[in-house]
Amino acid sequence: MMDAIMLARLQFALTSIYHWLFVPVTLGMTVVVACMEIAYVSTKNEVYKKMAKFWGKLFLINFAMGVVTGIVQEFHFGMNWSEYSRFMGDIFGAPLALEALTAFFLESTFMGAWIFGWDRLSAKAHAVVAVLVAIGTNLSAFWILVASSFMQNPVGFVIRNGRAEMESFGAILTNGYVPGQFGHIFTDGLLTAGVIIASISAWHILRNNALDFYKRSMKWGLVFSIIGGILVAGAGHLHGQYVTKVQPMKIASVEGLWDTTQGASFSMFATIDEKNQTTNSFIEIPKVLSFVATDDFNGEVKGMKDLQKADEAKYGPGDYVPHVTSMYWTFRAMVFSGMLMLLVAIVAFAMNRAGKLETSRPMLKTVFWMLPFVYIANASGWYVAEMGRQPWLVYGLQKTAAGVSPTVTANEILTTIIGFTAVYVLAAIAALYLAVKHIKKGPEGNPSHDVREEAALWK
Amino acid sequence: MEIILQNLEVVWFILVCVLFAGFFVLEGFDYGVGILLPFLGKNDVERRQMINTVGPVWDGNQVWMITAGGATFASFPHVYATLFSGFYLALFLMLAALIARGVAFEFRSKDKSLAWRKTFDYCIFFGSLIPALLWGVTVGNLIQGTPIDGNMNFVGGFFDLLSPYTILCGIAFILVFVYHGALYTSLKTLGDISERARATALVEGVITAVGALVLVGATYVYTDLFNSTLAMVCYGAAIVFFIISWILTRMRRVGWGFTFSVLTIISITAAYFAGLFPRIMVSSLDPSYSLTVTNAASSTYTLTLMTIVALIFVPIVLIYQGWTYWTFRHRVGTDDLHY
Repeated sequence: MMDAIMLARLQFALTSIYHWLFVPVTLGMTVVVACMEIAYVSTKNEVYKKMAKFWGKLFLINFAMGVVTGIVQEFHFGMNWSEYSRFMGDIFGAPLALEALTAFFLESTFMGAWIFGWDRLSAKAHAVVAVLVAIGTNLSAFWILVASSFMQNPVGFVIRNGRAEMESFGAILTNGYVPGQFGHIFTDGLLTAGVIIASISAWHILRNNALDFYKRSMKWGLVFSIIGGILVAGAGHLHGQYVTKVQPMKIASVEGLWDTTQGASFSMFATIDEKNQTTNSFIEIPKVLSFVATDDFNGEVKGMKDLQKADEAKYGPGDYVPHVTSMYWTFRAMVFSGMLMLLVAIVAFAMNRAGKLETSRPMLKTVFWMLPFVYIANASGWYVAEMGRQPWLVYGLQKTAAGVSPTVTANEILTTIIGFTAVYVLAAIAALYLAVKHIKKGPEGNPSHDVREEAALWK
Repeated sequence: MEIILQNLEVVWFILVCVLFAGFFVLEGFDYGVGILLPFLGKNDVERRQMINTVGPVWDGNQVWMITAGGATFASFPHVYATLFSGFYLALFLMLAALIARGVAFEFRSKDKSLAWRKTFDYCIFFGSLIPALLWGVTVGNLIQGTPIDGNMNFVGGFFDLLSPYTILCGIAFILVFVYHGALYTSLKTLGDISERARATALVEGVITAVGALVLVGATYVYTDLFNSTLAMVCYGAAIVFFIISWILTRMRRVGWGFTFSVLTIISITAAYFAGLFPRIMVSSLDPSYSLTVTNAASSTYTLTLMTIVALIFVPIVLIYQGWTYWTFRHRVGTDDLHY
């Protein structure tokens, strides 16, 4: 039987990962849809309107799930982590309230106008609404990442009255952790949306459905995959270098690096023995870790043993090493998935330019099978960010165990975990059913598609 | 400005009250429409008409609740911590209900199967009924008092939240929201359903009036709300506004009836906040354990920052939400259904 702390963590992880299945899709898809509407306004080509509607509807299914799980996320802080909320509320509440005031209102209000406004707004006004939704969606990601960045790297605060109090909002906003994390997430959204569009388009091209529509969509999907893929890697790289400075333990655990090393190699595949503190790499690229982390092939990367000693000296006795094996593998799952998607997108794009993509069934199938990798990359990336902070809830200030609600019992948490899981599973089944149905049906005007029925059900 | 900066905690108490009032007014009719859905909507088209009246706005309305929660977190973090960890299972029920409702709005009409639509109709019904009930129960508990110890921790269980008074508050919330939602439906639909909604509002309004009288008595017996003159005035205003609303609705001035129903909800929210002040959560164990605007508040720095933010953004939000209500001001007929 797990204790209340483990259960509270499990619940938060469940909600976060579940939330995170849907959110990156909405982050990127709003941008893509807004671009499609702008293309429609400037070219008057009806196909762009069709594209905006079709991919926009897919976005909506994800959006509904993102919103409702987002409320659960917000409430979790008070419900399961009341000591954290007392300790951090002075700082953490502000970006959360700002998120609601500046982003959620924008996103939700104009989302309603987007769905219901096709006949009531001019094409231009509708495109403006789409742009506002895209801004609102990504702005909300920005604010929540400002809050998250404080937990990863606290700045601009003072410990007073037994809690962390805000001393400089400017410092919290310009936290060095923010640009890397937000940049990584924003571009990840573009990659996610791009890959999903390309993958679904490939599925339809393979079946000769609405070729005009899906070939154009494919091009858009690939372009966004390539732009997003390159930028997400770049932002991830810069962010990694920053994390190396402020959270060296996270980087060391990701690399399974126990001893401080100069000219450290990047391990591709390894077995890790946490008990004896050894990592046995089968394939490694010499000096690359040092180069990636420090821009110097012979740079020094701190190992976990030294970092543990330093943390003990600074914070007192305790275990400061995150779960190394899972860190090592989730990080690789993220990086390898990302590289694979980018590679496939580049090859597919080149083939498309040469006019060879639509006739190459193996390549189309490959593009289609990129779909699961988006989700693997997203979930594992979030795992690395959150798990790598352990044992801290707020890095260096509050340990995870100290943040939990003292009055909530393990049984209560277990009850709600079961309850939430049941709701999540049912909702996911419904969402998946609708998404698949919508994807199979294709865009409006497709011969295989009953326009009148669509008009009655959905516009 | 001077006055604001010297009384930031009070300013935020008022702002949180405003946000909750906005939430109850806007989601009040969303909840009401949801609760009435199985009763007023005689067939699929009518049900879709009802859902589509709130379609363009429910999500933006729900953000009022999220913002009220976020603002409470930012301005009174101890209230956020005590309330949310204390009312644990109640909040879980509310969240599950809100998930079901939100998903149902978006998913219901995207499939033709009768079973599918019926299932989501129930999701909308319970997803509206449960939050309405639980918010009433919560407000009742704030003023009646809950077992909060010297460390600001709620030391009771789920069933400590249910007393005759708090359950009565929950029922009263449902009654008021249903009345409010019936007027909204009448105002926003075309055809037969509009008149039926008005008739429902009139009958249901009588029940609500009886419920309100019982609640006034119970509030006098179980709470110290009427120690505050302001609370008493607001409570009285709420009752007067409600009666005016009912009479105007009877006279077929539904738009005005709805306006006064809005004023009723604002007044009742103000009455409870005024009765609470300067407390936010009353402790039933010891009055000195109560969470107040002073002992539960954020630092002056944070409150100042949040005041500036609120002064800039709340008006902007009101403007563009007003724009959506204007854009979608038409009544919903049977040929214009997106949800």
